[in-house]
Amino acid sequence: MMRVVRGFYSVAHSVKLCRPNVICAYPITPQTEIVENLAEMYANGELEKCRYITAESEFAAASILVGASATGARTFTATCSQGLILMSEVLFNAAGMRLPIVIVNTNRAVSAPLSIWNDLQDSMALRDAGIIQIYVENNQEAHDAIPQAYRIAEDRRVLLPTMVCMDGYKLTHAYEPIDLLDQSLVDSFLPPYQPAAYLTTKKPLAFGCYAPPHIYMEFRVAMQNAMERAKAVMNEVFREWAEVSGRDWGQHLEVVYPDSRVFVVSMGSIVGLLRKVVEELRKKGYDVGLIKIRTFRPFPVEDLKRSLSNAEKIIVIDRSLSLGHEGNLSIELKSALYGSSANIISMILGLGGRDIPKEFLEKLLEDAILGKESSGFKGVKDFEEVIP
Amino acid sequence: MRYFGRGHGACPGCGLAIAVRNVLDALEGKCFVANSTGCLEIISSQYGKNAWGVPYIHSLFDNTAAVASGISEALKILGREGEGKVVVLAGDGATADIGLTLHGMFDRNHDVIYICLDNEAYQNTGHQQSGLTPLGEATTTTPAGRVQLGKTGRKKDMVAIAIAHGSPYVATSSAVLPADIRRKVKKAASIEGAKYIQIHCPCVTGWGIEGKDVVRVGNLAIETALYPIVEFENGNLVTVRKIKERKPVEEYLKLQRRFRHLFVDPRGKEIIAEIQRIADRNAEKYGLDLKKD
Repeated sequence: MMRVVRGFYSVAHSVKLCRPNVICAYPITPQTEIVENLAEMYANGELEKCRYITAESEFAAASILVGASATGARTFTATCSQGLILMSEVLFNAAGMRLPIVIVNTNRAVSAPLSIWNDLQDSMALRDAGIIQIYVENNQEAHDAIPQAYRIAEDRRVLLPTMVCMDGYKLTHAYEPIDLLDQSLVDSFLPPYQPAAYLTTKKPLAFGCYAPPHIYMEFRVAMQNAMERAKAVMNEVFREWAEVSGRDWGQHLEVVYPDSRVFVVSMGSIVGLLRKVVEELRKKGYDVGLIKIRTFRPFPVEDLKRSLSNAEKIIVIDRSLSLGHEGNLSIELKSALYGSSANIISMILGLGGRDIPKEFLEKLLEDAILGKESSGFKGVKDFEEVIP
Repeated sequence: MRYFGRGHGACPGCGLAIAVRNVLDALEGKCFVANSTGCLEIISSQYGKNAWGVPYIHSLFDNTAAVASGISEALKILGREGEGKVVVLAGDGATADIGLTLHGMFDRNHDVIYICLDNEAYQNTGHQQSGLTPLGEATTTTPAGRVQLGKTGRKKDMVAIAIAHGSPYVATSSAVLPADIRRKVKKAASIEGAKYIQIHCPCVTGWGIEGKDVVRVGNLAIETALYPIVEFENGNLVTVRKIKERKPVEEYLKLQRRFRHLFVDPRGKEIIAEIQRIADRNAEKYGLDLKKD
């Protein structure tokens, strides 16, 4: 059913169709409307066999879901920015306990200075947590990503928390026509959660044991193996989704103009703009293609190597950075392409919601293709830095 | 020993192990244990040496009340609440200091029995002070020094905090009163909502006592009125453990290495006097002294 809805509703509606047993969150801009919509559905009795719990913090919300997930419940939370960072202690723990919690992160800058606007710094901070990270370009993709996230997280070959990352405001608050999924389609795609192990007095098990040095590493290796297996599982899930929904979002990557010599690589909502910019550049005669990275964890190293094997120049558009080093996506890409002779240019822009006009982006990319732009921050005003 | 004990690594005489056994026995093993990082977790949950005969989860140091809340709600929504009660077993540091999520559990009144195993410091990591460390105790983070003689603050009143949250059942007990623990846990299990029971657990290493003196020291904490044994239902005091002949606090303090400096340093006299005043106030507040006709 096609309806014009805002991003947060597209997520909330999809979460409802996934039949979670426990939803627990703490409001934070611009995520709040997702849980407000779920709260409204709960208050109106639209969520069957579900508890909606208002936690006192994101830390508590994630902790409540650890208990619920370990008991065998399907769980959901949404957060961003400071909230995600406050959750981080728990999320590292949930990943280690192999709990398939599904999280939506509405990407927002981190403080200080305080900013409620969009960039990708928050989820990048959770890069090493053992959480699967999927980035979406638009609200239909966000809507479709939720059932897929549960399928991936709950797959016995994976069993890791899975986080769908959507740009705060740019997506969450945008109106888009969305083909809202049918309950029957989601039910056939996503069977009820059958936990591999759970807390029950019928067969007492211990979760969260401590591991001395003689055994700790093996647990971490098992998590890494699960991440590796997730690559294949996600490919299966993505393909099946394309079949049942009729919407093919690609695999870990979406490659546009695969035979190009220059590639622009990015992820999230900016890809929508980049599609147009790349078209403009191609009209001008530039041999440029686009790679949209959908899966950031596990990082699709082999897919990128294959897709970029003939690239001469790669322009990475980052909307976050590892302070003291460079753009996060750029770091990952360089590591994946180690040994490649391609010229990799890393551009950091759009931090804290800084506008990225189409003309600005087009000029930037054209200059980069022509060798007139180098790596670094783009779109920064001249300012005098105060060194006290 | 069916529910707890198959090879746990507690010190001989550990009050905590006695308390846990009695909690689980009272519930006949029909419970889900959420345990915070700490002594109990370390002595019972090493991979491959799990000492638990009941479903058990350890997540973090600071989130056990929330984890238990999640278990409780999941059991209800999955129609499995008949399987057993949800019990938190947390140390005093995890309860009074870092356990941020306790107030949320009280606030939403999840059906959980929260048990604080109070050995009055971070004993697992070698005796650092917690919010439940009493006045004057020397810990490794409040040592007896030239300027400061042990802990300067009071023992946090978690009982009052639990009552202030509207908890339907709040009680204290002691590892030296196994029958009292069992009765109170059973009582708590019969009441819906977020319950709080704080159990005094003598710690041989942290307190500097011998295993054979655990019962004596634990009893003296009660008989001096330093650890009032009380029980509240819906905020009303329903029982107190009366003291026949109240003992001076010195009798309790002098047996323990953690208070030894109070008897060596001349400044200790005033601190002992203040500790005595705390005991006197406890006795008066809860009516602990058995009135003689």
